[in-house]
Amino acid sequence: MRYKVAPREALRVVPLDALTLVYHRASGITHIVDAPVPEILEALTEPLDADDLLAKLSETFDLADADPAALAARLDELAAVGLVERL
Amino acid sequence: MTDARILTEALRDPATVAQLDAAGWTALLAIARAEQLIGTLAHRLAGLPMPSAAARVLEDARASAEQGRIAALWEAEMARRALAPTGMPVILLKGTAYAAAGLAAGTGRAIGDLDILVPRARLEEAEAVLLQAGWEWVKPDPYDDLYYRRWMHELPPLIHRERDRMIDVHHTILPLTARVTPDADALIADSVVLENGLRILAPHDMLCHAAAHLFADGDLAGGLRNLWDIHCLAGEHGIAGVEARAVHHGLEAAVGRALRLADRLYGGGLRYGQGRDRDMLYLRRLLARDDWGRPTRKLTRLGFYVRSHWLRMPPALLAQHLFTKWRKTAAQ
Amino acid sequence: MRHATTLRIGPVGFRVGSDWRAPIAALNDLYRDYPQPDDGIPDFNVHLFAARPWRRVLRPSVHIGGDFVIPDAAPLPLVQGLLAAEMGMNLQMALGQRRYLLLHASAVERDGRALLMTGMSGAGKSTLAALLMAAGWRLMGDEFALLDPVTGLIHGFPRLISLKNEAIGVIERALPRARFGPRLEGTPKGTIRHLVPDARAISVMAEPAAPRLILFPSYGFAAAERAVLPSETFVRLTQASTNYVALAERGFGALTGLVRRVPARALDYPDTATVLEQVERMWSAG
Repeated sequence: MRYKVAPREALRVVPLDALTLVYHRASGITHIVDAPVPEILEALTEPLDADDLLAKLSETFDLADADPAALAARLDELAAVGLVERL
Repeated sequence: MTDARILTEALRDPATVAQLDAAGWTALLAIARAEQLIGTLAHRLAGLPMPSAAARVLEDARASAEQGRIAALWEAEMARRALAPTGMPVILLKGTAYAAAGLAAGTGRAIGDLDILVPRARLEEAEAVLLQAGWEWVKPDPYDDLYYRRWMHELPPLIHRERDRMIDVHHTILPLTARVTPDADALIADSVVLENGLRILAPHDMLCHAAAHLFADGDLAGGLRNLWDIHCLAGEHGIAGVEARAVHHGLEAAVGRALRLADRLYGGGLRYGQGRDRDMLYLRRLLARDDWGRPTRKLTRLGFYVRSHWLRMPPALLAQHLFTKWRKTAAQ
Repeated sequence: MRHATTLRIGPVGFRVGSDWRAPIAALNDLYRDYPQPDDGIPDFNVHLFAARPWRRVLRPSVHIGGDFVIPDAAPLPLVQGLLAAEMGMNLQMALGQRRYLLLHASAVERDGRALLMTGMSGAGKSTLAALLMAAGWRLMGDEFALLDPVTGLIHGFPRLISLKNEAIGVIERALPRARFGPRLEGTPKGTIRHLVPDARAISVMAEPAAPRLILFPSYGFAAAERAVLPSETFVRLTQASTNYVALAERGFGALTGLVRRVPARALDYPDTATVLEQVERMWSAG
């Protein structure tokens, strides 16, 4: 299964201190997120499956716990709120 | 005496607002809010000279309707994502459909719950998929549930546990207890697909549904908005062939009356058939608001409430329904 | 409706109608120095009505309605009609305000800059605002501060200050010459007495102010202060705003702008004398 992120122009991202605010224009919903969610949204420039996404994230960030199950859980949460869509 | 004609006139001919004084504007805005037509009014009056206090209220109403449009379309999108794996046709109804298709009726319109139509044979499948995707039953009462499943034209309402928004899943456009039974298969077969894969009713079916909803599925509450929808739908697609389609669904009387009333209130001249005496009674009921936007003409209203129950259910069934409700109340 | 009055509070015009004379008479008395709605056209309507015609005279109970309603708002006895009118106006703001982001905060102003105080009810927002007014600050409001998404400025909403229970005596002593409404005993929130804002609060109420400091006061603790992160301020202010979602991206822009620009501090205080010192010190330091 591949994941697609909401288009860049549909998101307004405001980093504050520890957390990041994401306003999703298509839904009108504000999401308050912590790492690695902003990084996931950033990395999904094209639809990817979980393994490819993990590989891409590992290139850019020093992931101490490159755990596919944890990433899958984050992606499920993001799909449930509609920030990413399962294809 | 003030009634809602001040609103229908402003919608029919925006130039009429030039005659309003402060009290007139105050009444117009209050009545438009009460009829959930203030967003529509705001778009209709955009750009006209008016007192700045009124312009401000209408600007807020435009922004509010836009936010409502986004939220409604998002609800439709989330339902689409949930139902997409089933491959079943999902047809948007009412306000969400108008907004999704960019129809004039959707401009500035207040949109409530998400209403969708799916094939009756796939109703349980739709229900299971939605429950999986975060929607929940609103009320767990077994009698009401049974009542819905046996007699209504929809599943008991579901609400999304995160977004707190309701979805009504219909398999036809009138309750099974109503005396007319529109052709649900034809509604689905002739529906029109949108870019994202969701569907809307064919133009004439949309008009038939709006008319059926106005007369058979309520007590005329919200009637002015319904008739504005009908006025816009008729204006956008014309009414050639509408009568034949209405006959096919058994809705010729409802559609005929809806078009006549919409023409009486909003103009346009798109109507068929002769006016009836009862039209005046309907108009009295539809326009019954004071200059605070509060309902007036209580006796006319009560008559319509009893009537609307009567229309939805044959009398014996109504008695049974009321008796069951009464027993439940007494037992508590 | 049989009886009616109109008034403006800050930038917001109201028309209040009632089946009874008394609530309108009370409003006309306490709001006598307030201006009229702009252009004579109110933003919101409030209805105070009897559910059945005979309930106008027989055990009269005041139902609260208006342009925006909640279905199960409990009615109040007629002696609390003034409170019903105030609740009706608050309800219109909470449910219907779409021009300004509604911050559930009290606000005072000095030198054109606004101090916002927010937090759970019971933290003494109203009391604190009244005391600061007594100390020479301009009162902007004890319940709502209105954040303008276009300018980032705070507009005041200086309605009658709603004092509850022990706060009534405290403020009666602090402002012996002020105008007060009747003591309303046995309301859903205990005893309530309304305080009319002073003449300056009313005469300049249309003037907005740039926000300078946000405080989260907590009453009943030893004096203490700590900085509050913008993300925490954002969360606390959205939780206390009834129209954040309705304002959509305008609300997001307004609130992120506010929390990034304006420092916020939590403030614990043991008594009113201490808190006034704490506020003055933080204001000078900020």
